[in-house]
Amino acid sequence: MTNLYNNYRFLIMRRLIQISLMLLYIGGNYWGWNFIQGNLSSSSLFGIIPLSDPYAALQMFAAGAIITTNLALGALIITVFYMLVGGRVFCSWVCPVNIITDAANYLRKKLEFNTIQKKQPASRNIRYWVLGLSLVLSYILGITAFEFISPISITHRAIIFGLGLGWAAMLMIFLFDLFILKNGWCGHICPLGAFYAGIGKVGLIRVDHNEEKCTACMKCKEVCPENQVLFMVSKKSLQVLDGECTNCGRCVEVCDDDALNFSIKKLLKEK
Amino acid sequence: MVSDRRKFILGAVRTTGIVALGGLMWSAYVDEVTANKLILRPPGALKEEDFLSTCIKCGMCVEACPFDTLSLAKPGDNKPLGTPYFEPRDIPCYMCVDIPCVPVCPTGALDEKSVTTENKLDINISNMGVAVVDTKNCIAFWGIQCDACYRACPLLDKAIYIEYDKNERTGKHAFMKPVVDSDFCTGCGLCEHACVTKKAAITVVPNELVIGNVGDHYIKGWDKKDEQRLQNAHAQINTTEISKERAIDSLNDMGGLLDD
Repeated sequence: MTNLYNNYRFLIMRRLIQISLMLLYIGGNYWGWNFIQGNLSSSSLFGIIPLSDPYAALQMFAAGAIITTNLALGALIITVFYMLVGGRVFCSWVCPVNIITDAANYLRKKLEFNTIQKKQPASRNIRYWVLGLSLVLSYILGITAFEFISPISITHRAIIFGLGLGWAAMLMIFLFDLFILKNGWCGHICPLGAFYAGIGKVGLIRVDHNEEKCTACMKCKEVCPENQVLFMVSKKSLQVLDGECTNCGRCVEVCDDDALNFSIKKLLKEK
Repeated sequence: MVSDRRKFILGAVRTTGIVALGGLMWSAYVDEVTANKLILRPPGALKEEDFLSTCIKCGMCVEACPFDTLSLAKPGDNKPLGTPYFEPRDIPCYMCVDIPCVPVCPTGALDEKSVTTENKLDINISNMGVAVVDTKNCIAFWGIQCDACYRACPLLDKAIYIEYDKNERTGKHAFMKPVVDSDFCTGCGLCEHACVTKKAAITVVPNELVIGNVGDHYIKGWDKKDEQRLQNAHAQINTTEISKERAIDSLNDMGGLLDD
């Protein structure tokens, strides 16, 4: 039992946070709870503090919309928050799509799809192109280009405001990740993740690798959804400084040798 | 053997091509889904074009509405995804005096200023759409007495008034025809909601769809105020050169038929 807890403690915590956030949002819509209202695009905390998706605000800016102070403040608060805890903390601790893609990835492993398709046919840099493209299209078309196709907002709105055909969007992501590309959506395409990866470069909470304790079992690399960030494992004692790390903590909890742990970013270079 | 230089160029071309392909598909899709013009927005909404770029799709207006009038467009609703709208035949806008849906908007897509007179929120000046009467299927136009829409109108006798007319068919009855004044109609849809026919004979549609624009060529000579409308109008003279030769020929020219 303790072993189970040890091996899944961050996963359990992430699911708890993801689900309770959704419940709070649902309560905000249906029962008028005043804790957090709106959705992940923009919400209001305790009815006063504005929170806004900085990527959506950026698209609005590109589209030529007037940015209100309320929106700018909300986007700033969110940006600063993720600058502190690590940008892609959003991806693994908040985003509802994470549950879908994790499920697809779990099934992928169980069905041993990974053994018949070892090489990933797509680059993880696609997302940065999608990010750039979304801003260019927003500028040209004068509307927030990604917000009209975003499966993240579709999923989140489906949860809070009612499903409609939103299940189809969720299923599409699930099938894409299961059959076409491992970590396909979150790890290759999602421009919101790419945006947060940019913010995450300065994040203060970092996974720290201790090479002396490492036995090179490579469980961490197997479980990591962005395993290119763990290049130092069994080679060098380093902090994971890549913005693409989602701070999901899977590597920390699967490590039996205590070679990976959360830490605070070392701001001064050690001599 | 492919040289590194060739590889690099091919790679760059491929990336550009894929980005162009993705961009075209993406913009085609977005263009298509935002083309719907038959959509009623909450009070105070910006012009549709600006609304689409400014609305962040957070649903705060939806949550603020005490009558559950508003909803966010879901996949399958065939409306710009995630944007708020209402369908008055189901639930109309009840025109709350405190307009709870507007001040909560974080982006100004619902513009408080557009529903404010003298520093006070004023729902009566909101302009969500305009009601249009289908005179063929409105039973009041048949001569049957019905004033459901007139009674339902929150701006009774202003936005909808009754026009009296003689019923020539019976010779002794009156028509009591509902007429909409677009100067006052807010587009709340209480009339459409109240209409007794199977499918409503009075329907709220977005302003851009039905409201015309006279332009500079006509003026109400009897209305002093109307002249102000043309203050900035300027004359424009178009001249077209007419070919005299061709004008005469047009009577004789049989399109080459008699050329022989």
